[in-house]
Amino acid sequence: MARTVTPGPRRRPTTASPRMIDAPPRLPMRGTGLSEAEFQKTVATVEWVPALEYGWDTGEAIGRFLAGLRAGKIYGVRCRRCGRTVTPPRAFCELDFKPMDEWVELPPTGTVNTFSVCYVTWDMKPLRKPQVPAVIEIDGTTPRVGFLHLLGGLRGTSVEAVHRQVQIGMPVRAVWKPARERSGAITDILYFEPVRGKGRKA
Amino acid sequence: MRATEAPLLGKPRRRVAVVGAGMSLFVRRALETGKELSYYAASQALETAGVKRREIEAVVMVTAPDAFDGVHMKGEWLLDGAGGAGKPYMRTYVGGGSGVFGLISGWTLVASGLFDLVLVIGEEKMSSCQPHPQGAFLTIFDHTIERPLGPNLLWIFALEQHRYMATYGIRNEDIALVSVKNKRNALDHPAAQVAANLTVNDVLASEVVAWPVHRLMVSPVSDGAAALVLASETVARRLTDKPVWIQGVGWSLDTSYWGNRDLAYPRYVEAAARMAYAMAGVTEPRKQIHIAEPYDPFAYKELHHLEGLLLADKGQAPEDLAQGRFERTGPLPVCPSGGLMGVGNPIAAAGVMKVCELFWQLRGEAGRRQVPGKPERGVAQAWGDLMQIGTVAVLGIH
Repeated sequence: MARTVTPGPRRRPTTASPRMIDAPPRLPMRGTGLSEAEFQKTVATVEWVPALEYGWDTGEAIGRFLAGLRAGKIYGVRCRRCGRTVTPPRAFCELDFKPMDEWVELPPTGTVNTFSVCYVTWDMKPLRKPQVPAVIEIDGTTPRVGFLHLLGGLRGTSVEAVHRQVQIGMPVRAVWKPARERSGAITDILYFEPVRGKGRKA
Repeated sequence: MRATEAPLLGKPRRRVAVVGAGMSLFVRRALETGKELSYYAASQALETAGVKRREIEAVVMVTAPDAFDGVHMKGEWLLDGAGGAGKPYMRTYVGGGSGVFGLISGWTLVASGLFDLVLVIGEEKMSSCQPHPQGAFLTIFDHTIERPLGPNLLWIFALEQHRYMATYGIRNEDIALVSVKNKRNALDHPAAQVAANLTVNDVLASEVVAWPVHRLMVSPVSDGAAALVLASETVARRLTDKPVWIQGVGWSLDTSYWGNRDLAYPRYVEAAARMAYAMAGVTEPRKQIHIAEPYDPFAYKELHHLEGLLLADKGQAPEDLAQGRFERTGPLPVCPSGGLMGVGNPIAAAGVMKVCELFWQLRGEAGRRQVPGKPERGVAQAWGDLMQIGTVAVLGIH
């Protein structure tokens, strides 16, 4: 609902005189900063909540990848021209611009390329139990070919606690949803957990 | 590596100069609409160039996702504030790289011989998007294999920063210094939103949002606009005795499979820089570039980008920073404006702001922000989307 209230800017927009140049941009500058309270109460605003829904097709390559996840398998694809093996799969090699040559089944293990310990939601609300997103390089893929997933099975919530259990270069393995709960989604892998007692890889 | 090869360049038909620049204030939430902010920046740029809107032959608008405003085709919606009514008008868009891409787009229109006077506007009003503009950013992730994991935008920066740190043994203290430097530089910028005098300890004492990223290593949500007037050589010489020439431009977009790249090094920035340097005749960037405005939406990005711009050795930018090389009075002043970390980050406008800063610095008009030693050439760079875009421009007084 629009409210008709006279706005009360703290800095009045004004037209600058050329004689007032100090360091450009020119002073006094235009633009009126509002506090949260002014935005909520003083200034007339109109709100709108979009109601858009989408149904995305998986495409050929990701469709086959997701079907694999439902069966507890991680598939990748290989391009013989550039020699890369990549996952998640794609129908064509984006570098050589030709169809991928073969599908390969990859092991459910890999290496941590990088990770973070995230304490906020997308709208900057605090998370008591952090998310630990990571880039995972699946064994059998080309070096530096990773994809986004989560690390889990970790004890504690502090940065230090997470770092005691995970380092870059550490081997990890997929922890799957129970077979009957899988839906053919990236979340059929719940997370990757450290393979303890194994040495680090570069 | 094929992704970093500089493309073979044709010779641009004509030289192009920047002859005017203007900005609105950068604020967390502006009373003004995007059209009004655009008008303020554009009219200031026109005034400093000494030209009227009716003399402008074409207008380029850069502004980031429509979802910030909830207005589809917002380029067309912003047209009136950008001075584009009734003119050849276009919006170009490469995510966070859009600011410098606006300059590049305007340059193509003048260098090609099509127009003599072009206005470039960058506008962003992120504050309209509720409860937080990150909601709009969520849609950059792949809808099938990434979004179901519940990502937020901080993730990819935190992942990249950690990989950068681990690859070269960089400490977070070294990265926090970027926030300290840029927020301090911004104290001298009249448009600045988050200028501050801080210490490394202050930055590291701010809350961890997504380790290794602390709150004070992230640029703010901002509203604002910035604008440039571009002219062909003949017109530029008629308008001013201090034209700032666009000596070279370059841009490159890397694969959207961002996990398939070496996150420790922005090779697409290097590809863009090599293209711009080749056009500008820059063969030794560390000697020939006197001032740099790399994109710094996150503290580590400034260092990452300086390496991609070939202005520091791989993994060495943090040490160069610690030794004072990038201070405003140092051998290579970096973000003397205060950058996105200090002036603010209205995305497309922030990239244009960086070009504005080079314009003022190279003309010796930057007042308290002026870098010493009469700089003759500078580089501005922007970056965005899934860490895949580099846009680079080299500007100079010769």
